[in-house]
Amino acid sequence: MIIAKKKPIEEIIGEVENYDRLLILGCNECVTVCEAGGKKEVEILASALRMNFMAKGKEKVIDEKTLERQCDHEYLEEIRANIDKYDAIVSLACGVGVQFAAEKYQTMPLIPGVNTVCLGANEDRGLWTERCQACGSCILARTGGICPVSRCAKRVMNGPCGGSTKGKCEISKDVDCAWQLIVDRLKALNKMDDYEIVAPIKDWSTDRAGGPRKVTREDVKI
Amino acid sequence: MRLKIPANFRIVRLPCTGKVDIIHILRAFEKGVDGAFVVGCMEGDCHYNEGNFRARKRVEQAKVILDKVGVGGERVKMFNLSSGEGPLFAQYAIEMDNKIKELGPSPIRLAKQKKAKTAA
Repeated sequence: MIIAKKKPIEEIIGEVENYDRLLILGCNECVTVCEAGGKKEVEILASALRMNFMAKGKEKVIDEKTLERQCDHEYLEEIRANIDKYDAIVSLACGVGVQFAAEKYQTMPLIPGVNTVCLGANEDRGLWTERCQACGSCILARTGGICPVSRCAKRVMNGPCGGSTKGKCEISKDVDCAWQLIVDRLKALNKMDDYEIVAPIKDWSTDRAGGPRKVTREDVKI
Repeated sequence: MRLKIPANFRIVRLPCTGKVDIIHILRAFEKGVDGAFVVGCMEGDCHYNEGNFRARKRVEQAKVILDKVGVGGERVKMFNLSSGEGPLFAQYAIEMDNKIKELGPSPIRLAKQKKAKTAA
């Protein structure tokens, strides 16, 4: 899922100071799971903003709404009828949701309430770690199910590099060496022969290097 | 025991302090309370193992938010005691009451009062 992190409240306060009618818009998908922008976080942010402005003696309307998704037309349409009631929207969705809402409501200022971090997994309670960089051409079949693109700091395709020490990466003792993990897993799978295959040069045109990407599926279009 | 405790606070009973969420604390302040304290079981003695630890973390988070929005994080506090410690509960209640009186009314309450006055 997409992992996001709550923005500091003071940053959001600064951004919304000049608007009198605000809608705090949450998203029920990834940001709910990573506890950054779901219904609960919407309630907390709205309450904090209300108190902040109340303490400053400012009268503002701060409403709350959480959509099923903010990256889909049909759910974003749910706020169209009431959109004129607001001067700005604080979206707690990932960058995708914020942008999609902005595209849909051209004259409505959109303020992000979270920082979108990465595509990751919920490794432990309160711990989310990166697993994928959406490079567009998956090589996990060859690397024992561990991704060197997202988990190796150098994105090395035939690792490990010389910076790997005792299974850790040279950038930090807290970061596992992806290639150590790959070797360990290939050993466990009894597929160490795969490690001997020299990886071909990766086609990075499917990554961001090729510009914004899109997926078109004629078979599912109506 | 018939212990004397301040009469200016209200007890909200919960099955476990683990039920307390940040929003519950924030809502109380939004409604205009001057202070709030959460009283949980002794650490390590939670019937649900970690309810009081969760509560402590949430109280800490609420503190940070209250500080940032200008209400004051010192208005909320977590205490731990066992159910047999009535006198300690009374002591904590008095301690909190004194602290809040020292701090004065919450800015939210003042703003609400001011608004009500202008409306009247």
